[in-house]
Amino acid sequence: MNEAKPIGGKIWTMPFLFLTAIVILAVFFLAERFLFGLGSVTNMNDSYPWGIWIAYDVVIGTAFACGGYSMALLVYVFNKGEYHPLVRPALLASLFGYTLAGVSVIFDIGRYWQAYNIMIPSKMNFHSVLLEVALCIGTYVLVLWVEFAPAVLEKVRAERQLAKLNKVIFVFIALGVLLPSMHQSSLGTMMLAAGHKLSPLWWSKSLPMLFLISAMTIGYAVVVFESTVAALAFKRPLETGMLSKLSGLIPWLLGGYLLVRLQDINGAGLLPLAFSGGLQGNMFLLENLLLLGALLLLIYPINRSSPRMLFIAALLIMAGGGLYRLNVYLIGYDPGTGFHYFPSAPELLVTFALIAVEIMGYTWFVKRFPVLPAVKHA
Amino acid sequence: MDDRSFEKVRGRLLGVSRRDFMKFCTAMAASMGLPLSMAPRIANAVTSAKRAPVIWLSGQGCTGCTESLLRPSHPTLEHLILDLISLDYNETLNVGAGHQAEAAMNKSIEENHGKFILVVEGAIPLKDGGVYCQVAGRPFVDTVKETAAKAAAIVAIGSCASWGGIPAAEPNPTGATGLPEVLKGSTVVTIPGCPPNAYNFLSTVIHFLTFNKLPALDDKGRPKFAYGRLIHANCERRPHFDNGRFALKFGDEGHRLGYCLYKLGCKGPMTYANCPSVLFCDVGSGAWPVGTGHPCFGCTEEGVGFTIPLHTQADVSHFTPAAAHPPIVEDQGSAVTPGAAALLAGVAGAAIGAGAVAAKKLGEIESDKEQS
Repeated sequence: MNEAKPIGGKIWTMPFLFLTAIVILAVFFLAERFLFGLGSVTNMNDSYPWGIWIAYDVVIGTAFACGGYSMALLVYVFNKGEYHPLVRPALLASLFGYTLAGVSVIFDIGRYWQAYNIMIPSKMNFHSVLLEVALCIGTYVLVLWVEFAPAVLEKVRAERQLAKLNKVIFVFIALGVLLPSMHQSSLGTMMLAAGHKLSPLWWSKSLPMLFLISAMTIGYAVVVFESTVAALAFKRPLETGMLSKLSGLIPWLLGGYLLVRLQDINGAGLLPLAFSGGLQGNMFLLENLLLLGALLLLIYPINRSSPRMLFIAALLIMAGGGLYRLNVYLIGYDPGTGFHYFPSAPELLVTFALIAVEIMGYTWFVKRFPVLPAVKHA
Repeated sequence: MDDRSFEKVRGRLLGVSRRDFMKFCTAMAASMGLPLSMAPRIANAVTSAKRAPVIWLSGQGCTGCTESLLRPSHPTLEHLILDLISLDYNETLNVGAGHQAEAAMNKSIEENHGKFILVVEGAIPLKDGGVYCQVAGRPFVDTVKETAAKAAAIVAIGSCASWGGIPAAEPNPTGATGLPEVLKGSTVVTIPGCPPNAYNFLSTVIHFLTFNKLPALDDKGRPKFAYGRLIHANCERRPHFDNGRFALKFGDEGHRLGYCLYKLGCKGPMTYANCPSVLFCDVGSGAWPVGTGHPCFGCTEEGVGFTIPLHTQADVSHFTPAAAHPPIVEDQGSAVTPGAAALLAGVAGAAIGAGAVAAKKLGEIESDKEQS
């Protein structure tokens, strides 16, 4: 753990300034949203009560933020200590992903000034899957900050607090594995309730399980992606050795996922629907082709040791897994005749701004705090 | 109630199936607002070997209340209830007549001293010593007072018994009075209505048999489970009231379309009763006065029914029309706008491009390594 070191360098680079501009623009639209309501900024309507802010920022965003979960599961539960250097950067990405998902929910709640009620036990609706998701994600955000706290404590040299935290941190690590297992599957459970409104290409009793497995798979893919991009962006050596070993897991997860997913569709006799040529059918094919492509790439050990193939496979998984979630929450969802939804430009901008904040936060942290493993000079 | 205990009472239920019987008990519990877990207790009370004797006295009335009691359209259950409450005396239903009937009544009253339920139907005239209504040569008021002193519970059924009803309408030549007024000081349950809903009466009696006490009553002695809400509060035509759609004449377009009858003199906003939710005669929705297109005339409300003229507009003290209504045509969302599509496509393209550039760079690093 002591091997991590801040990488230093200038914060206000050109890309950083560009991202700041997007954020400023989004803040303007958010002010409009909070003053004049959701209708003034978004394209949501009575039958599409959620849009891109939930579908991307929360559902896909938290899946992309599952790196911390997947790594904690591997390192602490399966005791694979060799991957430890990957944990802290993965946690950092998760931290931003989840925190911003929580923030995004506040943007999305119509009467946001009532949001605090969800924390009051007497006001809770215990029959709601959404309550489980909300409490679970809320708690997990806190847990993530505690899990990440050692990096901050090391930076400010608060040795006493660090020692104290290290004594109890196992509780938080355990929670950090438990909570995502709960809410990632609940994100699938939630759409079980949509029933016939969700196309049969996605509605299935396996939804919770598929969401959980895909979250884990995306988690590992994100670790590969994030490590590779950090290496390229900050001109650091690639961590290919560790990544290729890690990605040996992915074919198993992905293979299992695709087996369940495709047999689900085949067993229900829905393959003709998938090939019917409509938007939903094509999206179904695209989603599964992307994942199948990644599986075919990663099955061969030779590809797993190539940083380029690894990176492409990680991108395919993130695209396919993300599309799966987008399909479940928006594209495959048809609430009834006459209703349309396509995000408005300001709505999209807010989502881009959240991604920008994630990138900016990540950069700032790795430059100023001990997150990435120190480079050993040859 | 399990099968075995049901077998014991089957003989007295005149062929009612166990399923129908439990359905009846559950419906009774529901109409009184009791938890459904009370249904078995009700079943036990209803089938207990000792049936509660009921003495039913009729004064200045039309026997409509007795008629309505015979109307609950589960025919077998009607028998069941007559069997259940052991109706020992009822002038309309008695088989015997004259001295024979009077003797039976007196015998029952003496045998069941302090145990029977007294039901009074019709008003009681007090003018000139009560001579305007006499049964077996005695003023009705004397019989009522004498019997009431020996009863376990006293029920005034119908509007006449509750406060005087039609006989007490102006100018009230006989001095017709309601039972609570005659029996000042005793608790009298009133089940007003012209006629009252038979289920409100049955529920009250069954509540008494099951729990050995009367249901909660309002200040006019009416069971709260049945008379706790204004008709206006539960009326199926209420949305028309709230939206200002009224029938203005009998047979006009609004009337034919089932609009609110308020402007025809409906007394729903002043009258407490459960007619809109319990309905009459078990024939399905709409089987109550307002449902058939006639304004409520307030028969369960003293000072309204038989007092305020039929077509006088009611006072609306609360439940006034809403100031604003939710929109009927809702926004269904717009199609893709060029700006949004361009933005999304641009960013997606940039992301794919960035991915490709990164992959290319990685390829270069790889080949560099191989060469070195």
